[in-house]
Amino acid sequence: MKHCLIVDDSTVIRKVARRILEEMSFRVSEAENGEKGLSACRSEMPDAVLLDWNMPVMDGYEFLGRLRQLPGGVEPKVVFCTTENDIAFISRALDAGANEYIMKPFDKDILIAKFQEVGLA
Amino acid sequence: MTELDLDFLCAFLKTRSGLALTPEKRYLVESRLAPVCKTFHVETLSELIAGLKAGRDPDLEKSVVEAMTTNETFFFRDKSPFDLFQNVLLPRYLTARATTRRLRIWCAAASTGQEPYSLAMLLSEAASRLAGWRVEIVATDISTEVLEKAKAGLYNQFEVQRGLPIQLLLKYFTRVGDQWQIAPQIRSMVDFKPLNLIKEFGQLGTFDIIYCRNVLIYFDRPTKTDVLKRLANALPADGALLLGAAETVIGLTEDLSPDAVNRGLYEKVSRQAVEPASPRLAALR
Repeated sequence: MKHCLIVDDSTVIRKVARRILEEMSFRVSEAENGEKGLSACRSEMPDAVLLDWNMPVMDGYEFLGRLRQLPGGVEPKVVFCTTENDIAFISRALDAGANEYIMKPFDKDILIAKFQEVGLA
Repeated sequence: MTELDLDFLCAFLKTRSGLALTPEKRYLVESRLAPVCKTFHVETLSELIAGLKAGRDPDLEKSVVEAMTTNETFFFRDKSPFDLFQNVLLPRYLTARATTRRLRIWCAAASTGQEPYSLAMLLSEAASRLAGWRVEIVATDISTEVLEKAKAGLYNQFEVQRGLPIQLLLKYFTRVGDQWQIAPQIRSMVDFKPLNLIKEFGQLGTFDIIYCRNVLIYFDRPTKTDVLKRLANALPADGALLLGAAETVIGLTEDLSPDAVNRGLYEKVSRQAVEPASPRLAALR
């Protein structure tokens, strides 16, 4: 069973995404900010990270840069999931090593399509 | 809406668009035609159908057909027909058409344009191999309303996120207000035309590749056979037809046969292979 870590400060988004990912047969864990997300990755590197951009403590962009420096940190497929829907943000995310990008609001079909795109569904 | 009204509507749609609607789809009729009632300022579906029966309002007839035909689509829908294009069909025709350097593709139920634009983006990605080639993408649909949207190439945030890899969004789209517009060079690769598949389409000429996906499922058996036979006529001997995952040619026509390896791909059956030898040839043997 593939493991997906959701890093998002919104409990609603975590709850909605968890439900969809579990329907897609993922084992899901959650972190409410980048710092806690990195800590979770140090304990167990996930197969995928669904990552918000704007979060307290550490934003998604910084999280991604630090994740990729960790041992095994290049392996997880990282899918940004954010309200930042400007082309400049998307470019920055891809340059930093994101594999896909979801612009909120999203629905189940979009989440499934993006995970299919990165080869995890 | 009475049973007789519904029967009339089913017969009307069958004649006009080939759509095989069964009376169990009453709920679909009610939900799809409610906005048409509003547009034409009529109170009930019975009144709307009375208007169709009178046969004096071509705009009403067109709106009813357009409302009842399904337009759901998204970029790179089902993925495999596009993988097939990229990995099998394009390499095949780059070799087979190396002399003429001409490739014609038809999206026969193009809806709001995501299918032909997906192919156009793949062709653009393969531009270095297509230098000096003349590639045409003809995209048709029965609904002029969806074709207008297709030509504009404007999609909302949900539409550009279903099936379209983010790298392609970034490369081929720009933001226009709340929407995303596909680049002019991709739009210019596609020629959109209105076309009803149940009517003659020989005037379009022949195509090396035809995408006719998720439209035959709405037709009854004789209409499917008729359309498939005419699609086969629009293919050269080595042409390729792609149908939707729930569609097939088996039991409908012997002019086409499924590709042994690639699901959803159909090839024209050589007449020489299926026709018995003529008596004269047989006598010479």
